[in-house]
Amino acid sequence: MALIDAPPLTPLPPAPALLSVSDLEVTLFTRAGQLKAVDRLSLEVAAGETLAIVGESGCGKSISALALMRLLPEPPAKITGGSVRLAGRDLTRLSEGEMQRVRGKDLAMIFQDPMSALNPVLTVGRQIVEVIARHDPASHRAMQARALELMRKVRIPDAERRFNDYPHQLSGGMNQRIVIAMAIACQPKVLVADEPTTALDVTIQAQILDLMKELQAETGMGLIIITHDLGVVAETADRVLVMYAGRKVEDGTVDAVFDRPLHPYTRGLMGATPSATLQPHGRLAEIPGSVPALADLPAGCAFNNRCPIAFARCFAERPGLTMPAPARSVACFAVEQEGVRHGDPVGA
Amino acid sequence: MAILSARSLSVHFDTPRGTLQAVNDVDLDVEAGETVGLVGESGCGKSTLGKALMRLAPATEGRIFVNGRDITRLGKGAIDAIRSEVQMIFQDPYGSLNPRHSVGKIIGQPLSVAGWKRADIKARVAELAAKVGLPEAALDRFPHEFSGGQRQRIGIARALALNPKVVICDEPVSALDVSVRAQVINLMKDLQAQTGVSFLFISHDLSVVEHICDRLLVMYLGRVVESGRAEDIWRRPAHPYTAALLAAAPVANPRLARTRAHKTLQGELPSPLSPPQGCAFHTRCPLAQPRCAAERPLLRGLAGQGAAPRQVACHFDLVDHQRTPDVTATGTAYVSA
Ligand SMILES: Nc1ncnc2c1ncn2[C@@H]1O[C@H](COP(=O)(O)OP(=O)(O)O)[C@@H](O)[C@H]1O
Ligand SMILES: Nc1ncnc2c1ncn2[C@@H]1O[C@H](COP(=O)(O)OP(=O)(O)O)[C@@H](O)[C@H]1O
Ligand code: SF4
Ligand SMILES: [Mg+2]
Ligand SMILES: [Mg+2]
Repeated sequence: MALIDAPPLTPLPPAPALLSVSDLEVTLFTRAGQLKAVDRLSLEVAAGETLAIVGESGCGKSISALALMRLLPEPPAKITGGSVRLAGRDLTRLSEGEMQRVRGKDLAMIFQDPMSALNPVLTVGRQIVEVIARHDPASHRAMQARALELMRKVRIPDAERRFNDYPHQLSGGMNQRIVIAMAIACQPKVLVADEPTTALDVTIQAQILDLMKELQAETGMGLIIITHDLGVVAETADRVLVMYAGRKVEDGTVDAVFDRPLHPYTRGLMGATPSATLQPHGRLAEIPGSVPALADLPAGCAFNNRCPIAFARCFAERPGLTMPAPARSVACFAVEQEGVRHGDPVGA
Repeated sequence: MAILSARSLSVHFDTPRGTLQAVNDVDLDVEAGETVGLVGESGCGKSTLGKALMRLAPATEGRIFVNGRDITRLGKGAIDAIRSEVQMIFQDPYGSLNPRHSVGKIIGQPLSVAGWKRADIKARVAELAAKVGLPEAALDRFPHEFSGGQRQRIGIARALALNPKVVICDEPVSALDVSVRAQVINLMKDLQAQTGVSFLFISHDLSVVEHICDRLLVMYLGRVVESGRAEDIWRRPAHPYTAALLAAAPVANPRLARTRAHKTLQGELPSPLSPPQGCAFHTRCPLAQPRCAAERPLLRGLAGQGAAPRQVACHFDLVDHQRTPDVTATGTAYVSA
């Protein structure tokens, strides 16, 4: 297969996974029937590692993250298969009470809109104290001191004064810092960040991403960053997982995937991203159409109605994941059967 | 002659907490067939400037010209006539489309305001739909039945109905997914090639702006701090704010992302109710000197820029002061001389 003439991939030293998801399946029980919002998703995150999950809206990124956290909107969503192992324990089997002890302490999550995680009628300082009290109770003074230290750590200027501010008195970027302070308060093993900077300006985005990477370097936590922006992936991640219609369609190290995207969807995303083409004023590659609703997924490969190289088999069967190279997987019949030639233009 | 111009345009709002200077002393020219980008963090005054040019926000001071005609003080009737030459599209196509009107009626609305006959409107609407890639069946349906990308096509068709000379586009693709964003950007470029329409393209996304704009204006707290050809600015930003914006924009290339100097701009945009004295950027500027807090730099031409007019408002800009910024196509670092 043409893939094999690739330059040798630098083999990753196998780090033991901290978080290990296998064959996770989430079903939505709706009037339109049972829809698989997440279909046999597997992923691993090691200590100190950043995994980016990328895809356009509706691809199933948030549902996957909520499933890991056991925060799915139930009904209609339910985990119907697979496991989520964190430091050896399968979270899908824990009771809600046990899960509450895991959430925040071992596994924390932040969202695009910091307001969804903040209580508008409590001061931000008090909210950080409450998180500490839940998992690491100590004297009130000690917890206050710790909350203040966390606010400084996430670079809230003038932390003493801000301690008694309400969320509406702070900017979106500052509130996101508060949410991060709450998330790292108990030193989680893994932090899941769902589009943490999508609502922010590029300047504030850069600050927040820098902050998350710094905190990670300090604590060695695993990081899952969910984004629709390949720029954010390239700036932050060690590995990337591309999702389409509830499935992993490709994953690998960022260098391998950006150097040679294999799946037509990944290639399409790259061609459509201006800063990935580095060709000012060139025509952007288009992916025709848009992400289908779960109820309207085409039979066969879910991408077949947008794929420039779909052939007969793509309409008849669903491609499974294959491993075209070490530490690399992709779900596409074209790659499986013919390989993708080195040097094929992105988005072709 | 420029199609759309502003001279010393200011827009100030009276608020309960004092006067808010949203736009201050802005000069701008959009020539025929070109795309001018307007960039800056949110709150910099981009939308207010766009609306003021359309006379949708009141100009406190200054002049607005369309095809050389001063429209700053025109009455309501005369402004409607200007609408055939200047149109606007918005970030949220949904909010700007009447949910109770069919798509055909929405696209034809500027035509009926302009007094077109029904049959002519019908023919023109069908032509516009084809132009922006909407199926004819779409015309009888309603906005909520369409995806974000399709709605933006509807907005574009409506904006182009009267063959305007210039369209002010306020974050037209910011709410769209990557693949749909590329479709809409390509469509806009195609329409420009076909009709020669000019765009004033407002965006906080530098990669998109850089991709489609010929010239750029960079705004900070209501003022233009740098302007020039997009390519020149991209290769060698003169204003430290521009450099910081470029450095903050994520680049979809992991090798470049690792190697380029990463100097993150600290702090947030100060309140426009009490902008800093002197250079408004001095509170965040990595190059600031005592002079910057005392004296506001005027927008001035850069030395040695040949024919391409290039302006910057900085006492210690990166080009004239031989701070040879190590600039690649995608990243910037400061190297002090
Ligand atoms: N509460 C819900 N009820 C029904 N469908 C849902 C619900 N939440 C999400 N979905 C559907 O699941 C799919 C994946 O959604 P989501 O995980 O939010 O995507 P992403 O985060 O990638 O944008 C979408 O088709 C979405 O419409
Ligand atoms: N009608 C208004 N009344 C008072 N302040 C306004 C009004 N419109 C905009 N502003 C203020 O003007 C500043 C510039 O806003 P805007 O033009 O929307 O910026 P941008 O589009 O660059 O994000 C902001 O501080 C905003 O709050
Ligand atoms: S499997 Fe076929 S349809 Fe699916 S992405 Fe690959 S080539 Fe396209
Ligand atoms: Mg989401
Ligand atoms: Mg705006």
